[in-house]
Amino acid sequence: MLRVLKTLASIAVTMLGLLLVTFVIGRVMPIDPVLSIVGESATKATYDAARASMGLDKPIVVQFLIYIWDVIHGDFGYSLLTARPVAEDIARVFPATLELATLGTMIGVLLGVPLGVVAAVRRGSWIDQIARIVALVGYSMPIFWLGMMGLLVFYGTLGWVAGPGRVGIFYVDIVPPVTGMILIDSILARNWEVLQNAISHIILPASLLGYYSMAYISRMTRSFMLEQLSSEYITTARVKGLPERTVIWRHAFGNIKVQLITVIALSYANLLEGSVLTEIIFSWPGIGSYITNALLSADMNAVLGGTVVVGLVFVLLNILSDLLYQFFDPRAA
Amino acid sequence: MTDLASQTQKTGLRAWLMTDTPTSRRQARLAAIYHGWLTFRGNPLAMVGLGILLFLVFVAAFAPVLAPHDPLAQDLAGRLQPLGSPGHILGTDSLGRDILSRLIYGSRITLYIVTLVALIAPIAGLLVGTVAGYIGGFIDTVLMRITDIFLAFPRLVLALAFVAALGAGIDNAILAISLTAWPPYARIARAETLTIRGSDYISAVRLQGAGPFRIITRHIWPLCISSLIVRVTLDMAGVILAAAGLGFLGLGAQPPSPEWGAMISEGRKFILDFWWVAAMPGLAIFTVSLAFNLLGDGLRDVLDPKSGSS
Repeated sequence: MLRVLKTLASIAVTMLGLLLVTFVIGRVMPIDPVLSIVGESATKATYDAARASMGLDKPIVVQFLIYIWDVIHGDFGYSLLTARPVAEDIARVFPATLELATLGTMIGVLLGVPLGVVAAVRRGSWIDQIARIVALVGYSMPIFWLGMMGLLVFYGTLGWVAGPGRVGIFYVDIVPPVTGMILIDSILARNWEVLQNAISHIILPASLLGYYSMAYISRMTRSFMLEQLSSEYITTARVKGLPERTVIWRHAFGNIKVQLITVIALSYANLLEGSVLTEIIFSWPGIGSYITNALLSADMNAVLGGTVVVGLVFVLLNILSDLLYQFFDPRAA
Repeated sequence: MTDLASQTQKTGLRAWLMTDTPTSRRQARLAAIYHGWLTFRGNPLAMVGLGILLFLVFVAAFAPVLAPHDPLAQDLAGRLQPLGSPGHILGTDSLGRDILSRLIYGSRITLYIVTLVALIAPIAGLLVGTVAGYIGGFIDTVLMRITDIFLAFPRLVLALAFVAALGAGIDNAILAISLTAWPPYARIARAETLTIRGSDYISAVRLQGAGPFRIITRHIWPLCISSLIVRVTLDMAGVILAAAGLGFLGLGAQPPSPEWGAMISEGRKFILDFWWVAAMPGLAIFTVSLAFNLLGDGLRDVLDPKSGSS
């Protein structure tokens, strides 16, 4: 019980700090939010009235409390760009990011975990070298550049995949949005043509994110496995005459599962964020594109709202990974 | 004759460095550095990384001599020339500017960003971490809470928001990257401080009357440096990528500055027909951040033997 309270308190403090940071960012911004509404030629009276109606004449602490109150109630203000509530915009774009990041993480886990395990078991072999190069390249390559090159090769030259966007222009708004994730929506609507088109659009950006996720996951898996494989209980298991497969997958891998969950949760959180640049390249209408477009037109409500939501998801995923760790590892309790 | 003389002198120097019984503090310190260098030299990949970075510094220093053209000179008649065209080995961009020359001058911007972030972020982290670790108690709790909050934030998005507030530009981009980069250094410095704080020699120094300021600056900082250097080197790849990302989004260096990320962004419009305009700066970014990763791996083996050479 105490632990639950402690966790909740820690979430609350972190979120409060996050809001404080975005609040400060919103306040130090050089653009006068009042002026951008009333215009340059407004009289002093109009200006003051607008300022009062926005609550900007109140003490800064009160403004911060009002801001927290609003955010708790899901009110991030209106977006200048879309003239809709920011919360509504984010609810509309977030599923697209979620879909992309989830698929990317799945690719990363399915390829990265086996690669890491094999690299650790055959340490120093050619497959270990390949795993090392894959990771190094992943850590060093600008993701937006790799995305552009991917588009150039697989879309422009080979024509294997569809270009930017979520679906082709003829398939837009055909399936009713239930979850907002086009793959799931088209399956629900049993519209296989849309599904095929959507897959052809998502496969390249998802593989790209998957590659970055794989680079990280395979490295972490490798070092976790190496640690286990050098333990004495592994030697014992081998001396007992257990088959090598059992030793590796049941004994060693069984012990790193908990650590892996944490790594995967972190990598998932990173992909949600890392998709910002990817979304730009692939014209993917997710939260990354939303924040960036808002940024370029100085739409501060949208930028800060998006930042808070991404931060919140980030914090929650971190906490989730902590909780899973405690759940699966009795020692951490 | 002179050859022989220089050779004996060299072996003399080597022997002096390799001795097991150093006679002075300076000799011991130089010997430690020399041993580290020998280990480092045994790692070919790390040497490749070091070589690339030295080359980068060389190119940046002699940019006006090396660049065949003015990086800003436009030539609309000769725009979008392909690779290997006469006078423009790497072709020209949409305004007819020589891509090679722009890459060469762009190396200065990259070095500028990397150097400043490598100074600001670790020093800020070192200050926060050592103070929190040494003083402890309430201050430690508060400082580490702040660190956690910054760590909890997604870095690129936070940098984006900072730049949005401060205004686009290279110095603001550096500031934004530094603001998102310091928390891990604070964590490392604090962890190091906690292990050092209780040791006997710190008690001895304290008994001699040294105050917290002197203990932190003279006795704790020097011991945190090596783990920070490793972390900085490994982080620099990320810093270069972040700076390029901000430049790509139009929030870093502003045109016509030949910043590599901004160059990719300019080439994006022509990617399907004139791919080299975007491809070349991307290769430059990749090479430099790869070099930092290789160098960081090598340095980790030398300076931080605890983590093992995996």
